[in-house]
Amino acid sequence: MLADFDFDVIRRSLGYLFLDGMAFTLTLTVLASVMGILLGTLLAIGRLAGPKFIAVPITAYVNLIRSLPLVLVIFWFYFLVPYIGQWMTGASRPVQVGAFASTLLTFTLFEAAYFSEIMRAGIQSIPRGQVSAGYAMGLTYPQVMRYVVLPQAFRNMLPLLLTQTIVLFQDTSLVYVLSITDFMGAASKVAQRDGRLVEMYIFAAVVYFLVSFALSRLVKRLQARIAIPR
Amino acid sequence: MIEINNVSKWYGKFQVLTDCTTNVAKGDVVVVCGPSGSGKSTLIKTVNALEPIQQGDIVVDGIKVNDPKTNLPKLRSRVGMVFQHFELFPHLSITENLALAQRKVLGRPRDEAEATGLKLLERVGLKAHAHKFPGQLSGGQQQRVAIARALAMNPIAMLFDEPTSALDPEMISEVLDIMVQLAHEGMTMMVVTHEMGFARKVANRVIFMDEGHIVEDAGKEEFFSTERCARAQQFLSKILQH
Repeated sequence: MLADFDFDVIRRSLGYLFLDGMAFTLTLTVLASVMGILLGTLLAIGRLAGPKFIAVPITAYVNLIRSLPLVLVIFWFYFLVPYIGQWMTGASRPVQVGAFASTLLTFTLFEAAYFSEIMRAGIQSIPRGQVSAGYAMGLTYPQVMRYVVLPQAFRNMLPLLLTQTIVLFQDTSLVYVLSITDFMGAASKVAQRDGRLVEMYIFAAVVYFLVSFALSRLVKRLQARIAIPR
Repeated sequence: MIEINNVSKWYGKFQVLTDCTTNVAKGDVVVVCGPSGSGKSTLIKTVNALEPIQQGDIVVDGIKVNDPKTNLPKLRSRVGMVFQHFELFPHLSITENLALAQRKVLGRPRDEAEATGLKLLERVGLKAHAHKFPGQLSGGQQQRVAIARALAMNPIAMLFDEPTSALDPEMISEVLDIMVQLAHEGMTMMVVTHEMGFARKVANRVIFMDEGHIVEDAGKEEFFSTERCARAQQFLSKILQH
């Protein structure tokens, strides 16, 4: 039975799978998680410390995003963003933003909702006394946040942030619905072109597993290195 | 230096401070004591506006604390505060803990801030621990660092909020020794504490609070020698029993 399989198809398409596919997947993962964490942190601060007219819309946004399936949001942004671009620039036709820009925006905005919940928990985990101590020595609110609260919140939440990033890495495979050549898209295209579905999907699974597993080991080591000494 | 005039404060409907009036003159050491929940910690935190007040006035060095126009960060940077649970920043080394506010609030360059910090560390006997992190020090050592951190800002007055309540008995004296030394050097101090030995040694006045009221406000000799009100008597006999 094994003779029916042709695993050489993997070797023949390695360049396409990794240089095109995986490069896209990793770039998207890294950029979207960095921007998502930054935006998520701002959302968390706005929600915790902002006035009502800022906190309420943020809460609504986070709840909305978290109740929608990612694949729907991907579609939605891909077809809607050109119209928003048209409306904002006053152009005569929808503005084509390109698949990469569109997916990056989608993942950043989507993941920011999840990251903001993680950062919110992290900020709230810092004892009030720490904030008081910062104020008592004359620091302003932004300074207390920047030098006292966020560095500790970030360290405390690092395992969760990176776990979410690993989930993000896997979720980027959903962009194949837009016929984008990410790793999953590349594997899928080769699979269908050569009629090697089993081989390619097994290989894709192995690669996703290896990368995710390696990342989670890395998280453990990183965590030990930046932990607050006790 | 610190004037507290008819201050009242509520948490929602619950009144925590009722018409409190007292003052701390320059160079004075005033000890505030009283049963838990009497409002003494709240009172001391109103002095640098960590707790807002709803009625009355607080004036520190001629500046009205409860005026919305007051530059609070600037005012707070001139009043040192030491907390019950030390509140050193656990992610920063001792050196960085001492330098942070000097650099970010006073704008001192890093080497000057670190040199000042080191000098104060030496003063509290912890120079050898400069590179460590707070979690690696004992409670008493952490509190001494916290005092050094407050002194690094060259404060005009120091507030102590139960500085020894979270310490093991053995470590209390190492912290009190430094506070006594500060008092002898003429530092203006407002100290919430149950350490009556400390009060006897260096206090000019002792304030006794109960249920948000300042019940007694008397010179040290008077406070410890003559008849006090029933509530204060009861409190003192309990804490001096053992």
